[in-house]
Formats: sequence, structure tokens, C-alpha cells
Amino acid sequence: MKLLNCPVNGSRPVSEFAYGGEVRAMPPADCTDPQWADYVFHRSGIPGVKVEWWYHIASGTWFYAERDVSLDRILRTWLPGESPEGEIR
Amino acid sequence: MAYQLLRFALSSRHPEPRMFRQPGRLRDTYDAVIIGAGGHGLASAYYLARDHGMRNIAVLERGYLGGGNTGRNTTIIRSNYLTPEGVAFYDESVRLWQDLAADFDLNLFYSNRGHFTLAHTDSAVRTMRWRAEVNKHLGVNSELVGPEDVKSACPQIDLSCGGHAPILGALYHAPGAIARHDAVAWGYGRGADQRGVEIHQQTEVTGIDVEGGKVKGVNTSRGYISTPKVLCAVAGFTPRVTHMVGLRTPIFIHPLQAMVTEPMKPWLDTILVSGSLHIYVSQSARGELVMGASLDPYELHSTRSTLDFVEGLAAHMLDMFPFLSHARINRQWAGMADMTPDFAPIMGKTPVEGFYLDAGWGTWGFKATPVCGKTMSYTVANDRNHPLIEGFGLARFENYQLTGEKGAASVGH
Repeated sequence: MKLLNCPVNGSRPVSEFAYGGEVRAMPPADCTDPQWADYVFHRSGIPGVKVEWWYHIASGTWFYAERDVSLDRILRTWLPGESPEGEIR
Repeated sequence: MAYQLLRFALSSRHPEPRMFRQPGRLRDTYDAVIIGAGGHGLASAYYLARDHGMRNIAVLERGYLGGGNTGRNTTIIRSNYLTPEGVAFYDESVRLWQDLAADFDLNLFYSNRGHFTLAHTDSAVRTMRWRAEVNKHLGVNSELVGPEDVKSACPQIDLSCGGHAPILGALYHAPGAIARHDAVAWGYGRGADQRGVEIHQQTEVTGIDVEGGKVKGVNTSRGYISTPKVLCAVAGFTPRVTHMVGLRTPIFIHPLQAMVTEPMKPWLDTILVSGSLHIYVSQSARGELVMGASLDPYELHSTRSTLDFVEGLAAHMLDMFPFLSHARINRQWAGMADMTPDFAPIMGKTPVEGFYLDAGWGTWGFKATPVCGKTMSYTVANDRNHPLIEGFGLARFENYQLTGEKGAASVGH
């Protein structure tokens, strides 16, 4: 069983979580149609270390996880606003 | 069998004919390079050589022939899709499948089984009716049937599915079939090889040389090749290759797992699919139940297997077939599925001149192998998209013109 460290509830089975995709910056409201399409559809599909949204279903907690998407290794997790480097946009 | 083995053991030379040559050094230049020696890449090479007279072609494969998703899928062939673009495309593929074994002079174990997509809810019955009507309108043999038809085709099934997901009806698709996936790759590989195509295994593409928006060549682990045309047919590795030419795509990679039971006497004639129970199952020629489920729930570039998957799929199998509780699981494996937002592939020309995509084949690519070879070879040879793939272009995303196949492509989404 794979475990994921929820910043609020501690180490829990990964089946208690939902994946929310990579954290990406939303373009400004006055962006062009191609820029908006790029944001809606296109993804960085290559492997590497990514910062992602994860959700602990039982407690309703959204948080960030830094994960190596080749090795499926979670490097760290933290709540929005608690990152030492500041908010990820 | 024992005698055959003995012959292999005692012979200093390989006593059986090879399916294809092992070419030596790469040439300096090719008319086209195909990345990926899976079914799609080899089929494209085969039709390029056979129908378009292009024989100076290299197929480059980082691993071994047919070792990716061609050898990892659950081999189901059908054309009961949802959109007119999808139905026309997959129906042409089913048609091509019919004489493929004769084309290759190779037994593909093509087995016409009939295909039931089970509906356990009113909304699923509605979708099956929709698919049946679209299919019939386009000349594809599909019909909405009742639970009694499922029972008569498969008497072993528990129609109540353990009491919590009773079967209300099904989409029956008579042409549904299975085939031996390895043999498909070998057949296309041998046919291409006999027509002069070079298949280079253990040859990894490390970069693509693009100058002024045009493909000039390919860097590989065995040296540089100059070529004006590159076809990318690499399934789960697609984002890495599109990254080399600076192309952004909506493709994201999730693993798809599958497993087989120990072999048993033939009892399951049909192919059964259940979206609600996240199952597709058929019995292979050697008696194993071949089973698959939905995608793993998050991005991962790996073919690892999980116990969670076996437990989940086995539990749902027992809902349908309680008598299988003593059957043992023989093997499990995974493939990397290149998923798209609308569950349709991404095919054809790209903004990079000479760079062609046969990608976004996610969890639905095996059945399309012949038609992908046909249409991509036409596209590469003429530098013009084949009419059958016009609904599948990369530009459909920036134009907000998606080809929604979510309801028909897969289970459990």
C-alpha cells in the first residue's frame, strides 16, 4: 500500500487521496484565445519532478505535493501558503 | 515440442527462419524515419513500402520490437464508437483486419467473438442506445439488447452482479474480436523488412534536428541520421519526443494495468465490458482470462504493477462471475498510456514541417493498428492528412473543436 503524507492528517493510504494535476499558472483574464487554449488543454507531459495538487478526500484538504513522476516518489507535501519559497503560482 | 526444443539446443545455427533481418550500421540518410517499432510504426512502414513505394526507411526502437503497448494491451478489436469520425475510422480498421492474416501469410489468431458493453444504470442504457443508433446510421453492426441476450450468450454470468449492479441491458457489437498482438507486430515487421525497410532495435532517439521549422535529421544513440520526414509512433513516450521538437500537446501519461488468470477450459465465448464495474474481459486462445480495468489515477512514467489493481479488478470479476473465486492470477503488467482530453487520438501533420504524429492512443490503440498504418503512410508519403484522420489533428485543441469519444473509448472515466 502506497502512503502519502497529508500535511493535516499525516501518513495515509494513497487511496484516500485524489490527484488534482500539476500546479500551473492561470493566464490573465485578457489573454488571447490561443493562450487560453494552451492553458486549458496543453500539459507538460515529460517526466521529471513536478509540484501537483492533491486532495485528502476524507478531510477535504487540498495541498501541494512535490513528486518525481518517473519513480512515483513523493518528495514533500505542504499546505498552500506554507511553502518556504512562498506561494506557487 | 520436446523434439523441437532439442533441435534448438543441439543446433549451432538458429534452425528456424528469422522473422526479420538485424541490419548492421545505420545509413547516413533515409527518406523517412519512424520512431517506435510497435504495431503502429511497423504498419506505417509496411504500407509506405507496399503502397507508396518508399523503401529507404528506418524504424528505430529503443527497446525491442512490439515490446511496448503493442504487447501490453488486451487485444480487443471493435468499431462501436460514438462520434462519426471515430466510427468511420475504426470501422475501416475492422475491415482491414479481416484479410491481414492472408496479407502476412501468418496466423494472427483473429477470433470473432461478439462484444457486449454492459449497462448497469439508466444513463448507461441511454448511452448504449445512442452508440447503437450512431453505429447503425454509419453501417456498423451494433444493437441494444436486453439482459436475457447477455445471459444466453454467457450463461455463467450473474446478471445481478452480486446484487448491487444489476445488468439492465447491453450494447451488442457482433464484429467484436480479439487477435494475437505479438503476431501483428511480427507480421507488419516481416512484411516491411521483406520490402527493404530497416528495423533497428536497441536504437534510442536522443534528439531531432529542426532547422527553420523543418525536420533535418535525427540524433540517435548510434549516431546521426539525416532525413526530411519523421513519424513519431511511440505511445507513452510521445511527450518526450514532442519535447525534442518544441511542440506543446495535451498528452499526459497514466499507467494502464492488466492481468491474466491461469489457463482454463474454454467457457467465455464473448468479450464482456462493463463501464460501471471497470472491467473488460475475454478468454484468449490458450485459455487465460485476459482482464483490464481503468487507468491508474495519477500521472506516472513507469510500468510498475500494484496489488491495489489486482484486488480491485478481482473483486469486480467476482461480482460478475462468483464461480471464479478459485481461479488464480498468473501475471500482471502495465503499459504507459498517452491520454488526450477528448479520448480521441492525435494524428497527422504538425506545425513542424516533416514531423508527423501518430499519438494520443491512450487505452484504445491496438484495434486501430492497420488503419493507422494505412492513413499515416498516406500522410507521410503525400505530406497531406488522409481524409479519415481529419477529425484527429493536433490543431483541434487550439480551435476548441474536440472529438469527444469519452463515452466509448474506455471504461471507468
